Amino acid sequence: MSFQPVKFYQTGTFTVGNRLLPPEERSVQASTKRFNSINSGHRACQGCGEALGARYAIDAAMEATDGQVIAANATGCLEVFSTPYPETSWQIPWIHSLFGNTAAVATGIAAALKVKGLTQTPRTRVVAQGGDGGTTDIGFGCLSGMFERNDDVLYICYDNGGYMNTGVQRSSATPPAARTATTMAVGPAPGNVFGQGKFLPAIAMAHEIPYVATATVADLRDLEAKVRRAMEFRGARYIHILVPCPLGWGTASHDTIKMARLAKETGIFPVFEAEHGEIKSVLAIRRPLPVEDYLRPQKRYAHLFGKTPAVETIAHIQALADKNIRKYGLQARKGDH
Amino acid sequence: MLKQMEGSRAVAEAVAMCRPEVICAYPISPQTHIVEALGEMVKDGTLSPCEFINVESEFAAMSVAIGSSAAGARSYTATASQGLLFMAEAVYNASGLGLPIVMTVANRAIGAPINIWNDHSDALSQRDSGWLQLFAETNQEALDLHIQAFRLAEELSLPVMVCMDGFILTHAYERVDMPTQAQVDAYLPKYVPRQMLDPGEPVSIGAMVGPEAFMEVRYLAHAKQMEALELIPSYAAEFKSVFGRDSGGLTHTYRTEDAETIIVAMGSVLGTIKDVIDEMRDAGHKIGVLGITLFRPFPLARVRESLQGAKRVVVLEKSMAVGLGGILSTNVRMALSGLHMHGYTVIAGLGGRAITKKSLHGLFRQAEQDALEPLTFLDLDWNMVNKQLEREKAHRRSGPVAENLLRDVGVVAARNY
Ligand SMILES: Cc1ncc(C[n+]2csc(CCOP(=O)(O)OP(=O)(O)O)c2C)c(N)n1
Ligand code: SF4
Ligand SMILES: [Mg+2]
Repeated sequence: MSFQPVKFYQTGTFTVGNRLLPPEERSVQASTKRFNSINSGHRACQGCGEALGARYAIDAAMEATDGQVIAANATGCLEVFSTPYPETSWQIPWIHSLFGNTAAVATGIAAALKVKGLTQTPRTRVVAQGGDGGTTDIGFGCLSGMFERNDDVLYICYDNGGYMNTGVQRSSATPPAARTATTMAVGPAPGNVFGQGKFLPAIAMAHEIPYVATATVADLRDLEAKVRRAMEFRGARYIHILVPCPLGWGTASHDTIKMARLAKETGIFPVFEAEHGEIKSVLAIRRPLPVEDYLRPQKRYAHLFGKTPAVETIAHIQALADKNIRKYGLQARKGDH
Repeated sequence: MLKQMEGSRAVAEAVAMCRPEVICAYPISPQTHIVEALGEMVKDGTLSPCEFINVESEFAAMSVAIGSSAAGARSYTATASQGLLFMAEAVYNASGLGLPIVMTVANRAIGAPINIWNDHSDALSQRDSGWLQLFAETNQEALDLHIQAFRLAEELSLPVMVCMDGFILTHAYERVDMPTQAQVDAYLPKYVPRQMLDPGEPVSIGAMVGPEAFMEVRYLAHAKQMEALELIPSYAAEFKSVFGRDSGGLTHTYRTEDAETIIVAMGSVLGTIKDVIDEMRDAGHKIGVLGITLFRPFPLARVRESLQGAKRVVVLEKSMAVGLGGILSTNVRMALSGLHMHGYTVIAGLGGRAITKKSLHGLFRQAEQDALEPLTFLDLDWNMVNKQLEREKAHRRSGPVAENLLRDVGVVAARNY
């Protein structure tokens, strides 16, 4: 097939049609030969961003390793909806141990592979995965230890901004002003507090591990490319994927991709990659949008848009997004549209 | 070969001969010397192939072992006290998943008040975790039990805890008979996992199980421990044929033939008890001792059989069920249900309090006259206790208990236990 140097995007999506790409540039998901590492029939909510993110990421990792992936999974939605007894969606070797120890379990698997292979570079690769709660809160000690030792593990965090599996409680990745079951939309400052919480990709970078990246489920080929890139390194790697949760965010299940794209386009969620603690590339904003466009469709922010809109709170969130745009150099580039 | 060496070193050398493939280490006294010695053997290449991983917590240590064991590697770690509690969630998980990890517990008290010295509170807090628990009496037995532990764990696909008294054994220099690598290789077959993370044959380990099968999974764990009651004596017999000595098994009796009074205990205190029994036997007393080597599964039938001829049983234990009495004694009592005999619980040696021959002589003589309280705290300083109780009655804000007691007692090191 001949390559046509034309940029055609599906209207409003910035996604180039696969048909226009040479086969080697097409997404893993577009191929009928994709691994389906997490198979259909699982019990995620309709439109679950985490289910989508896991399928994209693990299929890409399988593609990059010729099917040689072992996964360790933290307790959380992904674990629960994929393996209700007596069924499992996983077509790969998979282990769930606990909520807060996934990085360490993965370290153990990597150590076993190394000692079994009797070589420095075993062929089988290890992926650890967990939600934002399992990653930024309860699993943080094990994760930081795994980073610091530079164990040969790719850790993927599916960030839906809260403890969704237990009924949408606040985690340290819950964004400011968002309503959860433990940051109620009542009182003088409804929703989650400002000035708290952690952005784990930056903490991962501070460990100076070989590779850190962020991604969203809206940019499939960017996500796949980052997983592929991560697999080119040995040592500790971290990918943080924003995965909208229709149930916890109060969004329509058909808007999952749109919400992820809005998070990126408003600067709320910076998409970049870093090697050895230094940023190497960012995904620029194509059409800058006000944060309001991202906040308004989500019921977890409904208290901001009542009879008297919380103008100051919205401005505060806008300022945080603007800071991200400055800090990571996300501003739209001319000619990108 | 006979060697004079520290208990920790002896255990480290025995573990190394078992060819572990992944060892995770996090420091806590009195376990440190064991993993330090193993780390050195890995680093200088004498133990190879093996990965030695310095983790950031005991919770991570057990979790790394869970991962490595599930990926088919023979896995080992060691801990004690606060460390065992810190890893507790993963301790239960390892047995629930059926992973044959071997762990040394260098028995130590649990705080608060923080205390580094020996008792059995740490291991016994995990008695229902689904791990097999073996208690060593001597350094020789500690060494030998580790070799048997790997065999047992891997045959049953269950984790095994080898418990040895902190400091009293771990830091004591004693003569041990160190086996040869050829002997250990002859006794311990290569590890063939029952389940394994393998891209060639993908399985899901640790899937969620609801009410429809959870009871059955738990029952199977119990059934497997019952199997261990059969396996352990045969492994001990086989051990004798390869290594030429008695080690392990369910229990050990000492001078219990025709005994009217039988003491029950675990661990290194058995040595002191035996000395006292020898002296009392010389003076014509009908007394003996039953040592429990296997605490989980608890050998109910064997314990009953060993004790049923006696008039009274004194369980002397370095642990305590606060609000109830003893832990070991509760288990022993279950073995004796329906038998009419006097039973006494003696809590002794908590937090490293020395258990002296003098005290034991007094205690055992009192027991023989059935003059013991059902629950006794050996060598408890009642003055100290009563003073604090009075203080609490007198003042609402009576202050931290530990600090008050230390003030009363004066310079700790000057006390002469
Ligand atoms: C030690 C422990 N504490 C709490 C829980 C309860 N728990 C299970 S899943 C979960 C929430 C998971 O949140 P997250 O990691 O963000 O994943 P999500 O469900 O949002 O994908 C919690 C709190 C647990 N299983 N173990
Ligand atoms: S609650 Fe959210 S993360 Fe969990 S399955 Fe539903 S949509 Fe997915
Ligand atoms: Mg979450």
